[in-house]
Amino acid sequence: MFRGDLEVKSNKLIASDTFEIVLQGNVVQQISRPGQFVHIKIGEGSTHMLRRPFSIADYNIKANQLTIIYKLIGDGTEWLSHRRTGENLNVLGPLGNGFEVEGIKDEHILVIGGGVGVPPLYNLVKQLSTQNHVTAILGYQSKDAIFYEQKFSRFADTFIATNDGSYGYKGFVTDVIDQMGVKFDQYYACGPLGMLGAVQQRLIDVDGYLSIEERMGCGVGACFACVCPAINEKGYVKICQDGPVFHSKEVTL
Amino acid sequence: MNLSVKLGRLVLKNPIMPASGCFGFGKEFSQFYDLNELGAIVIKAATGNPRFGNPTPRVAETPSGMLNAIGLQNPGVDQIIENELPFLEPFHTPVIANVAGSSEEEYVEVARKLSKSSTIKALELNISCPNVKEGGIQFGTEPDLAYELTKKVKDVTNKLLFVKLSPNVTNIVSIAKAVEEAGADGLSMINTLTGMQLDLKSRKPLIANETGGLSGPAIKPIAIRMIHQVRQQTSLPIIGMGGICTAEDVLEFLIAGADAVAVGTANFQNPFICKELVDNLPKVLEQYGIHSLDELKGAAIS
Repeated sequence: MFRGDLEVKSNKLIASDTFEIVLQGNVVQQISRPGQFVHIKIGEGSTHMLRRPFSIADYNIKANQLTIIYKLIGDGTEWLSHRRTGENLNVLGPLGNGFEVEGIKDEHILVIGGGVGVPPLYNLVKQLSTQNHVTAILGYQSKDAIFYEQKFSRFADTFIATNDGSYGYKGFVTDVIDQMGVKFDQYYACGPLGMLGAVQQRLIDVDGYLSIEERMGCGVGACFACVCPAINEKGYVKICQDGPVFHSKEVTL
Repeated sequence: MNLSVKLGRLVLKNPIMPASGCFGFGKEFSQFYDLNELGAIVIKAATGNPRFGNPTPRVAETPSGMLNAIGLQNPGVDQIIENELPFLEPFHTPVIANVAGSSEEEYVEVARKLSKSSTIKALELNISCPNVKEGGIQFGTEPDLAYELTKKVKDVTNKLLFVKLSPNVTNIVSIAKAVEEAGADGLSMINTLTGMQLDLKSRKPLIANETGGLSGPAIKPIAIRMIHQVRQQTSLPIIGMGGICTAEDVLEFLIAGADAVAVGTANFQNPFICKELVDNLPKVLEQYGIHSLDELKGAAIS
């Protein structure tokens, strides 16, 4: 784990209220797996006391760069959207454990993303696709919220669902799973809690990994802000420290 | 510069410590710096049994501050003694344990158990948590209850007993006086102020518990005022807290009447903050012509 300044290389709107920011700096060298996240300081001085956690959508160790995709939600992301190329961001990370990718091969893997849960799956799909057959189902609110469809298509059979039916399948990602009727060896999912719960139930017989989002305090496991009930000795997990990725049988959503 | 301070018989190498609940049991922050750099470590509140705490979301940012309603999540006093304290034992920084509970019996039980640990050098009696339904703050808002509880806990401990006061009261001096009379060895002040923030789209509170404790720089002027007020009525050592972010803030608390300070919310924005404050304090003191912390004793009393 490392705290450092990362330089903004680009920061652009890629879909409705959705930005892609590319950052460069040594924090990138510490990233070990897809699905880890960074905790970004917002603003100057003591106006914003909480950092904002963002999953890493993609990273390139050689170029020393990482990519984050974020949605404009409030003050913090608004501030972030105004950062220009050449400015520095104070970043704590990489945090969390990320997705298990080692030793997985010759499997048919399903990757399911919803909204801003899609980003961390991008680098995951990139890595998994080298030795596996990957199918991706990505859900968005509507057509104008869609991002990274082409990028995913390079590495996975990609299906898009929109809530309002303005593009691709109309409905939820779980509806698409139902329609496919294919048996997968493993799945990986990231998205809103409601979606993750539905996926967990729908694919109850399949080994899966869920990446969970929650509002965080410290981001390192000290403050107990981002806990989730779990089936383990303690009865809970800390999303920032023990996750954000958990085995589908471990957490109670 | 010698930064050591005395809190009764407890000597700290400097006046900086992390505040309870913002630092876990020290392990996470030991990745950032050597915990021996700290004046003391106040660990997360202990209750008699394990507590899961409140539903999430448990935190929300507010202007220059944050709301939290963790709900005293902790593994319970026995687990803390068995699994958390051994990690802290090798450090020569004194550890202060925060004691919480829902009933008088629970507080006494937790205090009695923690008092047996040689790693613990002092107790901080938490009668000011605004985020649990039973106990906690009710003992901190009634002088009589505060007196009774402090006395009962004092009876079962040989450790120094600091009582952490709530700012959610009409007259904090009366609570401070009550716990002093009951035998408290010092005061910790202030805990968080009960607050609420609403989401405009959903028209619902931003944290699941609806209300939470407000902390951070937003409450600093209240903490300074209350410490200043209490300092004029007591000579008990005071650990001051409430929005400390800079060495200048530390100085302000010391001038107001605190003997040491605890840093809470700022650990989230900058996990290195406590160490940086220790490093920066001498420079700031010099800048204001202060050559020893003793010079500040009672500086603001008028």
